[in-house]
Amino acid sequence: MSLYNFGLEPLSCHAWNKDRTQIAISPNSNVVHIYQKSEKGWNKIHELTEHSGRITGIDWAPVSNRIVTCASDRNAYVWTLKEDAWKPTLVLVRINRAATCVKWSPQENKFALGSGAKLISVCYFEKENDWWLSKHIKKTICSTVLSLDWHPNNVLLAAGSADLHCRVFSAYIKDIEERPGPTPWGAKMPFGEMLLEHKDCGGWVHGISFSPSGDRLAWVSHNSSIGVADAPAGKEVTQLTVEHLPLLSVLFVSETEIVAAGHDCCPYQYSYKGPGNLQFVKKLDVPKQSSRSGTSAMQHFRNLDKKATTEEDQNELDTLHQNSITQLCIVEGPKSKVNKFSSVGLDGAMVVWDFKVGVKNNENTIFLVFSRHKKEILTASTATVSVIKQ
Amino acid sequence: MRKKAAVCFHTMSKNTVSDRFRKVDVDEYDENKFVDEEDGGENQMGPDEAEVDALIRQYPFHPLSCWGPNGNLMEALQAVLKNPPINTKNQNVKDRAEGLVLKVLSSFKSSDIEKAVQSLDKSGVDLLMKYIYKGFERPSENSSAVLLQWHEKALTAGGVGSIVRVLTARKTKSSSNLRKHQFTLESIDVVRLIFK
Repeated sequence: MSLYNFGLEPLSCHAWNKDRTQIAISPNSNVVHIYQKSEKGWNKIHELTEHSGRITGIDWAPVSNRIVTCASDRNAYVWTLKEDAWKPTLVLVRINRAATCVKWSPQENKFALGSGAKLISVCYFEKENDWWLSKHIKKTICSTVLSLDWHPNNVLLAAGSADLHCRVFSAYIKDIEERPGPTPWGAKMPFGEMLLEHKDCGGWVHGISFSPSGDRLAWVSHNSSIGVADAPAGKEVTQLTVEHLPLLSVLFVSETEIVAAGHDCCPYQYSYKGPGNLQFVKKLDVPKQSSRSGTSAMQHFRNLDKKATTEEDQNELDTLHQNSITQLCIVEGPKSKVNKFSSVGLDGAMVVWDFKVGVKNNENTIFLVFSRHKKEILTASTATVSVIKQ
Repeated sequence: MRKKAAVCFHTMSKNTVSDRFRKVDVDEYDENKFVDEEDGGENQMGPDEAEVDALIRQYPFHPLSCWGPNGNLMEALQAVLKNPPINTKNQNVKDRAEGLVLKVLSSFKSSDIEKAVQSLDKSGVDLLMKYIYKGFERPSENSSAVLLQWHEKALTAGGVGSIVRVLTARKTKSSSNLRKHQFTLESIDVVRLIFK
């Protein structure tokens, strides 16, 4: 588990390159920064400055090494690396409202863009005219599309929207691909066909994710709940209410395990084993063991001097992230067995989490936490706590 | 002279043109206005008043009944949380249900509240939370004190998630303003500040 702070601005979105040595992030502005990993942390190597509105989505295609960005200026650009500089190509998305999210398809020959114009724009490259074209999916969508995810077959697309529904559409474009075979979601898949519409997810559907096989679909909505639709089981939907603040992002890390995070600033693990069987497993953030157990007299007086209080530092949350987590992304491992995933949040921090199925939370793991307030490095294991000064 | 000056000020402070336009709700006339689907709630009559009353009434007269001294109040609680009039447009039914719930909640002894909350399932706790907030909207003598005690126990059982569900529930009155999205986002911070 490691945390890196990219500054004071919230991180709206992030995307990794193929070997995870570079990360593209947007600090809540109209610019995308690309950082390169080094021993000491991350160094900024590129700045992508074509958008005029706040960037709402970034996705980096691992194989073809192209980045797609979308922003509230109603545009999307596809960036290609030419001679160590990223060159943008405008995509004609033809939307009259802000774009909200963007995702490359698994085979990277097209991407889907959600927008506030109550439609999804599926964009592909037309070789003859050398430009990116788009086709719109509008059927029954009544409000902003908030989240998108592709099915592994490169054709089906799940969308969560602010009209409290989550849907699965077909984004089959016959100009660029073969007709897909039947799936548990349906057999006939012309472009724009709706294969699932779950009404009333309880709240705006902030995050959505297909399972590695594509047979299940998980989403999280604003009424603090998580839902899973199971295609082979007759598209049956199982919903679980959550005791925490609403979740914003959800990710399948194996065929049955789901990780979700949001306004509670920490990722949670859920397990789906069949219709009606969706359960909370555990909180994935290891609690920061405070120095309560080993407060020296020196510490006591330092607190008194700095903050005029003998109480513990009340200003920090006891989770790694100090503000809501906005997006989760797979870092290492195939989709069916994820080893590491990353989270970015409104606190400007990016954390890479290790994930192991079946490991209990209270193993003796040692982790480093950089405490910004006290400028000390706290090392803690579950057994002992010690404070090392910088 | 002074009187004239006073009159002059009065007329100066009034608008010389009509200000009725300020009362127009422009969102109503928007063609693309998001219209929520509302299921019919004609058959929802709320909890059975007679049943609940009977159960409450039994309480003081049978302190040693076979269900234990508080047995029937627990049953009353379960009964009053049945058939919530969520979808009905009939305000009377809703008011009656609220009143009945408040009656049951007030009949409990403080020390028994925790056990009562624990006897409810997840959706029961969520529903209880909704009724508690509804009760806060219209305080009567001592009702808020009782409701606050119940709120504390319900919060321990349901977590802040149950409060978020009160705010995002589509059919409750408090949520009709929340369709304007920014309100609920701010309320996340409020919930975090108050309850954490």
